[in-house]
Amino acid sequence: MADEIILLDLWASMLGMRVRVALAEKGLKYEYREQDLRNKSPLLLEMNPVHKKIPVLIHNGKPICESLIIVQYIDEVWYNKSPLLPSDPYQRAQARFWADYTDKLYELGRQLWLTKGEEQETAKKGFMECLKLLEGELGDKPYFGGQNFGFLDVALVTFSCWFFAYESFGNFSVEAECPKLVAWSKRCMEKESVSSSLEDPLKIHGFVIMMRKELGVE
Amino acid sequence: MGEEVKLFRTWSSRFALRIVWALKIKGIEYETVFEDLSNKSPLLLQYNPVHKKVPILVHNGRPIAESLVILEYIDETWKQAPLLPEDPYERAMARFWAKFGDDKVLTSIWSVFIKQGKEQEEALVAAMENLKFLEEEMKGKKFFGGERIGYVDLALGCLANLISVFEETIGLKIVDEEKLPLFYSWMQNFAEAPIIRDNWPPRDKMLVKFQALLDAAIASSSSS
Repeated sequence: MADEIILLDLWASMLGMRVRVALAEKGLKYEYREQDLRNKSPLLLEMNPVHKKIPVLIHNGKPICESLIIVQYIDEVWYNKSPLLPSDPYQRAQARFWADYTDKLYELGRQLWLTKGEEQETAKKGFMECLKLLEGELGDKPYFGGQNFGFLDVALVTFSCWFFAYESFGNFSVEAECPKLVAWSKRCMEKESVSSSLEDPLKIHGFVIMMRKELGVE
Repeated sequence: MGEEVKLFRTWSSRFALRIVWALKIKGIEYETVFEDLSNKSPLLLQYNPVHKKVPILVHNGRPIAESLVILEYIDETWKQAPLLPEDPYERAMARFWAKFGDDKVLTSIWSVFIKQGKEQEEALVAAMENLKFLEEEMKGKKFFGGERIGYVDLALGCLANLISVFEETIGLKIVDEEKLPLFYSWMQNFAEAPIIRDNWPPRDKMLVKFQALLDAAIASSSSS
């Protein structure tokens, strides 16, 4: 029986993109359904009644929510292609620890484009500190997963298409502060699963301009 | 080869308690290192430089931090008495509920405890909404893990004790047996379960600690 996979998502969401990358890594066909979060669909509310958020993966009618939980689910179900988590429990723990840490980056990134003045400066400092720590964790490895693209790479790479937007509103350069991380993100973009899943940084920038207007930040 | 397992914790950390329970349920021998968070040891800072928090599990010299990450590590390393289910969908659901517990439930119950007046009323409404989801999840089950205590029970477990400490301190019922019968039963069953019941932090110390936290919160809100 063929698997039925549906992804409820928002085109600009870096969290949704994580799921798209994971599905692509496993070579899975799925139906993408763009959601309007200002007018939530009955399906979204039914499939994620707790948080009412995207992304939601619906596999043969059963919903899975929270991007990193979805990525782990995909990795466990389709375990015989492109494994994302390593097999060693200690390495897995490290990957999970750092993937959780990227949540901090998400929160700080939001503050970066949602606020102005001193609040924004604080968010910017915190954001750069996080990126530097992550760059330290990468070290000289080609990927966070070592020789192979892995779970932590999936968790973090989707932020890279948001860098241009963060840089514009925060007035800083990621490349200047974290050159190795930028090199890593370019290396990841050479993979089809990543380049086909991430959005154009200019479009993301436009999205943020629109959101700032809508939320009255300007 | 001898296993060396150390747990860095504090006497009251609800996150460290998850690890105590997991290690004992699996019958794993370990050494406890108590930390004073106002005077963190060099070892703690070396083992968890990112967050500088407890719990930290050190297995044969290698540290793991973040309690839910530690629980999965323990489950993958010591296969007896499994905490997470085998089926990938059930595992995803278990991870979802544990995360929901940490992100929403604990924080909303804390708000009920620490706030006053109208803010407390609003916090109680929010807490009830969250607890109703857990109530629903308990249908047909003795524990969140089914017949046996599992990952979600350990993740949410501190509530089975903490809620009653909060209720006694603020003199307000948070979990009403009539409104949340299944969750209420779970709290009783979990708190009284073997191993769990032997490892609660001392209640008198907990009451003193949380009364002090509440007094400090009230003092700072009335002076602002």
